[in-house]
Amino acid sequence: MTASTQFLIRLAAGMLMVAVCAQLSWAGIPIQHWTQPSGVKVYLVQSPGIPMVDVQIDFDAGGRRDPREQIGLASVTASMASRGVMADGAAPALDENSLSEAWADLGASFGASAGSDRMSFSLRSLTYPDLLPKAVQLAARQLGRPGFPADVWRRERERMVAGLRESGTRPATVAARAFAAAVFGQHPYGFEATEATLARIEVADMQRLYTSLITPCRAKVSIVGALSRAQADELVASLFAGLAAGACIPLAAVAEVEPLAAAREIRIPFESAQAHVLIGQPGIRRNDPDFFAITVGNYILGGGGFVSRLSEEVRQKRGLSYSVYSFFSPGLHAGAFTVGLQTRPDQATQAVAVSREVLERFVLGGPTAAELESAKANLVGGFALQIDSNRKLLGSVANIAWNNLALDYLDSWTQQVQKVSVDDIRNAFARRLQPQSMVTVVVGAVAPAN
Amino acid sequence: MQFTLANGLTVIVKPDRRAPTAVHMLWVRVGSVDEVDGTSGVAHVLEHMMFKGTPTLRVGEFSRKVAALGGRENAFTSRDFTGYYQQIPAGQLEEVMRLEADRFANNQWEDAEFTKEIEVVKEERRLRTEDNPRAQLYEAMNAAVFMASPYRRPVVGWMSDLDAMTPADVREFYRRWYLPSNAAVVVAGDVDPAQVLALAQKYYGSARAGSVPLRKPRLEPAQSGTRRLEVKAPAEQAYVALAFKVPNLGSTGLDAGTATASDEDALALTVLAAVLDGYAGARLDRALTQGDARVADSAGAFSGLWGRGPQLFTLDGVPAKGRTAQQVESALREQVVRIAREGVSEAELNRVKTQWVASEVYKLDSVFNQARSLGSYWALGLPRDAGERLVARLRSVSAQRVQEVAARYFGDDQLTVATLLPQAPDPTRKPRISPAGARH
Repeated sequence: MTASTQFLIRLAAGMLMVAVCAQLSWAGIPIQHWTQPSGVKVYLVQSPGIPMVDVQIDFDAGGRRDPREQIGLASVTASMASRGVMADGAAPALDENSLSEAWADLGASFGASAGSDRMSFSLRSLTYPDLLPKAVQLAARQLGRPGFPADVWRRERERMVAGLRESGTRPATVAARAFAAAVFGQHPYGFEATEATLARIEVADMQRLYTSLITPCRAKVSIVGALSRAQADELVASLFAGLAAGACIPLAAVAEVEPLAAAREIRIPFESAQAHVLIGQPGIRRNDPDFFAITVGNYILGGGGFVSRLSEEVRQKRGLSYSVYSFFSPGLHAGAFTVGLQTRPDQATQAVAVSREVLERFVLGGPTAAELESAKANLVGGFALQIDSNRKLLGSVANIAWNNLALDYLDSWTQQVQKVSVDDIRNAFARRLQPQSMVTVVVGAVAPAN
Repeated sequence: MQFTLANGLTVIVKPDRRAPTAVHMLWVRVGSVDEVDGTSGVAHVLEHMMFKGTPTLRVGEFSRKVAALGGRENAFTSRDFTGYYQQIPAGQLEEVMRLEADRFANNQWEDAEFTKEIEVVKEERRLRTEDNPRAQLYEAMNAAVFMASPYRRPVVGWMSDLDAMTPADVREFYRRWYLPSNAAVVVAGDVDPAQVLALAQKYYGSARAGSVPLRKPRLEPAQSGTRRLEVKAPAEQAYVALAFKVPNLGSTGLDAGTATASDEDALALTVLAAVLDGYAGARLDRALTQGDARVADSAGAFSGLWGRGPQLFTLDGVPAKGRTAQQVESALREQVVRIAREGVSEAELNRVKTQWVASEVYKLDSVFNQARSLGSYWALGLPRDAGERLVARLRSVSAQRVQEVAARYFGDDQLTVATLLPQAPDPTRKPRISPAGARH
């Protein structure tokens, strides 16, 4: 009998336990927080209902720290961290295939990705006592001694370059690239990996990044699952056993995003059935005091599914676009405020005009009292929908951990929304958005000749 | 728990009290498979029009009311079924059941609303299909794979059918198919089954009973020779897809005692797809996308397993730089031939089975996914515990059976090959708008 057969039987027996469900206490979401001797900060929500655990580990190692000549380094480092592990004592090295087989045999998964701010590692496993320790041990090897094989990187780079070229034939990607470059100028939030920047990245660069930034004292670990506090503490200690403590010298500050000086229109002729439109500017940082006013206001402007002003004017009343929306992307720096839609090319001018008018009117006048009341009804009433699964809850806990929010943030969230007034929203939007100096990108808008 | 109301409506309840939320879904056993030529896409257009009101609910009010309850909502249409859902705080269940029951029985709107919404649907088609080369390829491929089966038509509909669609087409489709005996209400989350049943009785119980129209079989005749097609579209990478006709898993197949030979084959084909492509570094990855002689940037396998119409086993791949679609096609088929010749290892077999068993536990984390599974099982005529039983049945598939199906279903006669021929985008060319679609 092979190892994986044993697990199969074990798993099948375990499924019977699942019917025994325990309810989370909804008087509040109790987040337990402590710091381990290694410096790892742990945030735990116990969720005993299902015999599984989700773990997210965040580091300040996102793309904003990429060297200008090597844009994409954080992202490829994260993806290459799953391509094998080095030998460790008696444990032999695993190549990319042996490693993914090992995860599949455990019915578990572990992977990494990087955004602009964070590099994140995610573990999902069942919590059966004969299974979880093996998953944690494998994750610890991968986190502590990733292989970064050079031949695999050469192959992955070829695939990425091919993917970049392919994406350059899609109007949505062309629009997004032009928009990011125009909104962010010389800020790293606007930099994108290219063939040239990928060509300058070698595995030694990945190892260097990894060694300097992926250390216990820089880690924030969020856990949601069927574990006691003691079990969670042990899990985290095991995960980081292979990483040296590191000195954790404070990292260099990254400059803030510069505001736009003037309006800019970018029209890119493109052979497509639809024009893709993006309108926007730098938005807000996550720690902006206007965060809640912006959140509630954007729900009314273009965030609230079928009931937003943009949806009403562009889609419901005029049938111009299947999808129309606005959103903010608050990060460590001011991520973009974006209005987006797609429409038949001959309608692009009209759709841009309608969207701009909606936007200008909202920034100038703010919402009506009735709109604010409806928005609060949805956001407050539907709050529980943000955290009604382990996976969603994990995202919320990691958000609290990453942004240094209060541990009772989730408990006070609805109160924060309730406090927002019409004036708060009008003032916040007037402060943060300048419709007269936004970027407008239209890809594909060549009017038909006939 | 499952009940049937006097008017024929099915009610399925799955309590899950981990959080004070619930999901309410209405499933109708009607999709593009029930359409006829000339009005393709009407099931999906009707799904859009269901948001446009009733005699007692103005345009846009449905969504506004759901939003005010703290809810999130949407709807979806597939070949086999149409679904509507609201995710809500559990205390608001009664109100969304009242709203959904109202539009299920009394959907009504002005022609002017249709005139605007059909343009939204055309934009959706442009977004999903016309500017997506691989979606175009699959649309063309389905039209070649199937001659008689309604699966040959795209769910969103042909553009000329959308151009020609009338409000009467949509109303007629609604009248024919939106009947209690052709629908199921699925509620999952922090709810009490007895209470849900009482609410379903109260709000859906008055919907008029009616008999579902006769469904003509429209069986696909046996294919007797390879079909090949090419699609040219603006792209950088080529792409190739191979579709082999394979048997469906019927409800008989969920029980070892009643399973037919073709049920057993359908199960074994699902295991075969997982052995080829069920995890990173599985056979297709290893053979096609790794090493100095690699032919592909990506490669995949998928087995349809079940549905209201005929199912396909699909192999697909993107050629690596300097390689051709033809080389990828050969390499994909070679991997199936290798299994037919040498079989699969016990380790591979157990690996893919382990993943299914674990995924049954992970699936419990999402109340929404649980409701979606229950609804789709009902729509396909399967029992409520089809998911668990499927995993149990997949676990019983032997290496020998996998080898046998690899040998039996992958010849030339049941095969269709579609190749995407990438064209350099030409910015000076006129936008691709069908003349009939242009309005000024």
